[in-house]
Amino acid sequence: MTGAQLENILKKHDYQKSSLLAILQDVQALDNYLPRKTLEAMSQRLQVPLTQIYYLATFYRAFSLTPRGDHLVTVCTGTACHVKGAATILNTLERELAVQPGETTSDKKYTLETVNCLGSCALAPLVVLDGHYHGRMVGTKVLSLLKGDKKDASKKS
Amino acid sequence: MSHKKELIKFQIDGLTVEAEKGQMLLPAALEYGFEIPHLCYHEAVSPYGACRLCLVEVTKRGRTMMTTSCNYPVDAGLDVATNTENVQRARQMILELLLARAPHSEKIRAMARDAGVEETRFRVIEDADDCILCGLCERVCREVVGANALTFVNRGDRREVAPPFGDPIACIACGACVYVCPTDCIKMKEEGDERTIVRWKRTLKMQPCQSCGKPFAPVFQLNWIIERAQLPKDFYALCPVCRKTKKG
Ligand code: SF4
Ligand code: SF4
Ligand code: FES
Ligand code: FES
Repeated sequence: MTGAQLENILKKHDYQKSSLLAILQDVQALDNYLPRKTLEAMSQRLQVPLTQIYYLATFYRAFSLTPRGDHLVTVCTGTACHVKGAATILNTLERELAVQPGETTSDKKYTLETVNCLGSCALAPLVVLDGHYHGRMVGTKVLSLLKGDKKDASKKS
Repeated sequence: MSHKKELIKFQIDGLTVEAEKGQMLLPAALEYGFEIPHLCYHEAVSPYGACRLCLVEVTKRGRTMMTTSCNYPVDAGLDVATNTENVQRARQMILELLLARAPHSEKIRAMARDAGVEETRFRVIEDADDCILCGLCERVCREVVGANALTFVNRGDRREVAPPFGDPIACIACGACVYVCPTDCIKMKEEGDERTIVRWKRTLKMQPCQSCGKPFAPVFQLNWIIERAQLPKDFYALCPVCRKTKKG
């Protein structure tokens, strides 16, 4: 985010401290995450303590403090999914994307995450791509899922 | 606007007491010597109602309810009971929860003993750091010190109090949070001419007294106060001890 881009967002909200949330949303929408430098600049420009901004930034799940890819891949590593081989799937993804859970690929396309049980244990092992659940995953299937093989992706099991 | 205080009367455990209308119940009761255990309340900062230990039963217009007293504004005609069976039971439960969260805290252990709680039925958090998320450190740093070095971070089971980005850049190492923390989980170390607030990982050089040479407060803190209060630059040349003796 450039200084000018931030300035535009702030102007749009009339430099109102009360619009902090809306401003954060705009920043997140532009960069897909909240860069530290931008939050620090916001604190300066709006005369709001950084603590207050950081509080909001970490409270709402809609915000991320680390760069996000265009697509979010979440591997469930809860007990049921673990038993059914979540680790293999995670390994496959880590190798394919060359990132660790919590990280984003250098081309900013994918963010890999893990989660503890999504309450759909019957579908274990479970992978979620951009909010869509894909059950009974296996290593090969998850790769075609990434490549956008719609036939596999839409099969909700 | 009139600033005249309106005094009202109400009852605590059968005793008629007087307090300023709108004042919080806990401090009013403490002033009269009633013992209500509390952890997240401190007179220097605004009430937060987080620990729930200060529960009492309040009857207002014939309706009784259990409420935290630190953030309950008093009103005429209230009937307050500080130690009913309901209150005791709720308090014991809270103390058990707190024991599981802060197993090393002497203060909480003592409070639990006083309430008749010997052990907790909840799983004690492994390598607990004893923080009960009372938020006193955050409030004192923001409201009293004005440094705004700390904030609540995350939510759910990842909730904690910490400096933004884990970077204590705004902390002046004044030690106010160390002082108010009810579970003693913020430690302060002074070694040579350095002071460290261990929990926030903040280490600052201390200013030596121009007269006796002893380091007495972080340079960063002194400059910060001088700037905010617009004091003369050499205001803190002497440590408090030498300052007193010099003045004679
Ligand atoms: S020591 Fe630092 S964190 Fe604690 S109250 Fe002082 S400025 Fe705030
Ligand atoms: S560190 Fe101490 S004062 Fe701060 S929230 Fe935890 S228990 Fe309360
Ligand atoms: S363990 Fe994966 S959905 Fe429950
Ligand atoms: S002292 Fe009232 S809730 Fe903690």
